[in-house]
Amino acid sequence: MAINKIGREVPAFIEGIGELKPYQGPFSVEPTKRRFGRKLSVITPKESKLLNNIEEAIKKTGLTDGMTISFHHHFREGDYIVNLVMDTIAKLGIKNITIAPSSLNGVHAPLIEHIKSGVISKIETSGLRGSLADAISKGILEYPVKIRSHGGRARAIESGDVKIDVAFLGVPACDEYGNANGHSGKSFCGSLGYAKVDAQFADQVVLITDNLVAYPNVPASIQQTDVDFVVQMDSIGDPKGIVSGATRYTKNPRELLIAKYAAEVIKESGYLVDGFSMQCGTGGASLAVARSIKQTMIERNIKASFALGGITGQFVEMLEEGLVGKLYDTQCFDLIAAQSIGQNPNHVEIDAGFYANPHNKGCAVNVLDIVILSALEVDTDFNVNVMTGSDGILRGASGGHCDTAAGSKLSIIVAPLIRGRIPTIVDQVNTVITPGETIDVVVTDRGIAVNPLRTDLIEKFSKTSLPLYTIDQLKEKAEEITGKPKAIEYGDKIVALVEYRDGTIIDVVRNVK
Amino acid sequence: MLKLRRTMMYVPGNNPSMVKDAHIFGADTVMFDLEDSVSLNEKDSARFLIYNSLKNVDYEGTEIAVRINGLDTPFGLQDLEAIVRAKPDIIRLPKTETPQDIIDVEKIIATIEEKAGIPVGTIKMMAAIESAQGILNAREIAQASSRLVGIAIGAEDFVTDMKTTRSLDGVELLTARSQLLFAARAAGIYALDTVFSDVDNEEGFANEVKLIKQLGFDGKSVINPRQIDVVHEIYTPTDKDIEKSIRIIKASQEAFKKGSGVVSLDGKMVDKPIIERAERVLTLAAAAGVYVFEGGEENGY
Amino acid sequence: MDIKKIAMAGTLESSDVSIVIEPNSGEGIEIELKSLVEKQFGEQIKEVVLRTLKELKVEKAIVKLQDKGALDCVIKARLQTAVLRAAEENTFNWGEED
Repeated sequence: MAINKIGREVPAFIEGIGELKPYQGPFSVEPTKRRFGRKLSVITPKESKLLNNIEEAIKKTGLTDGMTISFHHHFREGDYIVNLVMDTIAKLGIKNITIAPSSLNGVHAPLIEHIKSGVISKIETSGLRGSLADAISKGILEYPVKIRSHGGRARAIESGDVKIDVAFLGVPACDEYGNANGHSGKSFCGSLGYAKVDAQFADQVVLITDNLVAYPNVPASIQQTDVDFVVQMDSIGDPKGIVSGATRYTKNPRELLIAKYAAEVIKESGYLVDGFSMQCGTGGASLAVARSIKQTMIERNIKASFALGGITGQFVEMLEEGLVGKLYDTQCFDLIAAQSIGQNPNHVEIDAGFYANPHNKGCAVNVLDIVILSALEVDTDFNVNVMTGSDGILRGASGGHCDTAAGSKLSIIVAPLIRGRIPTIVDQVNTVITPGETIDVVVTDRGIAVNPLRTDLIEKFSKTSLPLYTIDQLKEKAEEITGKPKAIEYGDKIVALVEYRDGTIIDVVRNVK
Repeated sequence: MLKLRRTMMYVPGNNPSMVKDAHIFGADTVMFDLEDSVSLNEKDSARFLIYNSLKNVDYEGTEIAVRINGLDTPFGLQDLEAIVRAKPDIIRLPKTETPQDIIDVEKIIATIEEKAGIPVGTIKMMAAIESAQGILNAREIAQASSRLVGIAIGAEDFVTDMKTTRSLDGVELLTARSQLLFAARAAGIYALDTVFSDVDNEEGFANEVKLIKQLGFDGKSVINPRQIDVVHEIYTPTDKDIEKSIRIIKASQEAFKKGSGVVSLDGKMVDKPIIERAERVLTLAAAAGVYVFEGGEENGY
Repeated sequence: MDIKKIAMAGTLESSDVSIVIEPNSGEGIEIELKSLVEKQFGEQIKEVVLRTLKELKVEKAIVKLQDKGALDCVIKARLQTAVLRAAEENTFNWGEED
């Protein structure tokens, strides 16, 4: 075991996983490898890529015991692909598979059985939720899950840290030669930003679609030159779970209050100037901040150069109104965004590497000014947990949290000071996803704390009526109301390794008794 | 500095998640309600909840009022026994009809204060007037007790009593609002306007606030935190008003220093009412965070 | 106070606690606690229950709590309500419970 830069004890080696490096700071790793190159292959003229079913695809790829396969999470809670593919793999008697999806959701609970029967032995993902997450927290997997951020996953794939043997990618619209996008079809999801990386770096790529369109399908998010097989099916997802309707503005007074403070923070920060850029989550408070900022932009007559990330209808509206120049979109969060990306040339699909890979020649988060992020817990060192609940059980996603926090000029956490009886600001978060040195401001409904590293912001805000406190004061304020929570008791087994975006280990999650 | 009561936020008395931090939304006064928002078979739980909350929750200086049930109900007396001991700033009476209603409650409060070792007179009172009879007695009600800091109009019961309904322009309330204001001003206490129930009608709400501000009300009862900022914004003086008020106050301070009884500004004499108005403007401006009183520095606006 | 009948108070809404109090044919106080925050606050909640019952001079009772993250003062308020209901008492010695 080693102690990393934020004081967390992390293993230096795990049997079956290999050597691990402790986190040393947000930009401390100098990459030395070359970009990973997939195996070359040949598809001859007249050869068809079209297959009848997933079973045929698995056989054709030669998938065998011990291989690594990947998926994307663009279909969210509506995804059929992961379960279908894993059921088929199980049926074919293949064991010991590593799955490396971009994320997993509640809908993937059936994977528990495949873990128990030895079909799945390792998981690498951004998110884990529902009963699968519960089971993993209790220690169902022999090897710890690797939790990666979106940028970290792109880095791992592009550097060859993760070698994907076969990528099984659901695509809402696809021609029979493998040109695919998410713009149309009953399973349309908009951007395929996470899938694009897999398509380019996996040794073999199987596209699965329920909407075969005429050749050539342009513009293609995934191109024929990367695709080995195309499987046509009746249905690849449940549209109701894939895109939600319009994300609505919150009416929750607490979220509105947090948003009011956060908007004020942005207005007073000095970053809200013509040509600025921003990223917001889909939380109620985040969206309300965006609305308030929009108002200020109109009043001050300033425009944003671009908005980044998961994109919502609110940003599409701002794009259409000319308040935002471009949308850089890895993932569409609602129906309006998913419709817009296929129609508006200024709504641009980007892949996860372009979005946030720290080891390319400059990703989008590097030029991001402002990001608004949520948190389950923040500790007095400003470290943020978005992965485990206050009970210590996995139930979240790393997402682009640590990527955008590291890249942006102003990273703002929005969260209520207390949820029910659980304080959000604590001595030590259960799991660190984002290191405190990359977090600038924490905004709660009971006050705001600025990272002491940002003396410039403290000076600016102290001239305003913003309710400023130190992070320790906020913690005490919370505990005065709730009482001091007893720390969660963990077991000895490491159930998840949290990789920072640069590939070092920032924290571990242990089993819950 | 003048105490502002621009907003008095209603909080249902039997709702733990609201009760624990209702003050954070910035209302000038938070009013926990044991009356209409609590069903008959939960009166006891709401009473215990508010009692314990007042004793344990730090409302960080926000003025706290509790609306009790009337003494003509089986709950009023128990409410007083409990709530007086939990020491809110204000006890609010519902459906006040006559000055005797005030006197009766005042006596009970005094007795409990004495028993509980609280200096007699600590707890202030506020009365809601919600009937034709009450409006006609408003003047006497307003002067019935030195504890009384304000009177409020409760429109829902009032319009029913008047055999009419509420409208957006509020014509049916005009006389009552005016009469209540007369009574409050004559007694030198606060006048508070009724609630506006359609929370989603922001424009209608803003119009009503502008109306009652112009009539002369000190503030308005609100039923949702989302209404608070709207009221405060409307009650926030303009930059021009603030600037002028600062000059008036400075002129009056200079006159005072010189020992002169006559204040003049730009060659014109400034009367006492104008100075008082300027003071109120600056108090409102300070509350809105657009002006800092002297002693601190002015940070512009 | 004697617990004469089963009574309940509180709700299952967030930040509230639903409490059922029953006569205990055996001796003493029995507490059954289900809480969203049991791991973090279970012991503290039980302490509040015992302290409140002691103040109310309840010596025999079964108390079942379903807690949705209620603060101590809410738990106390709900328990006081439940006890008075179960003891069929209409008045309370305000100010003497501390």
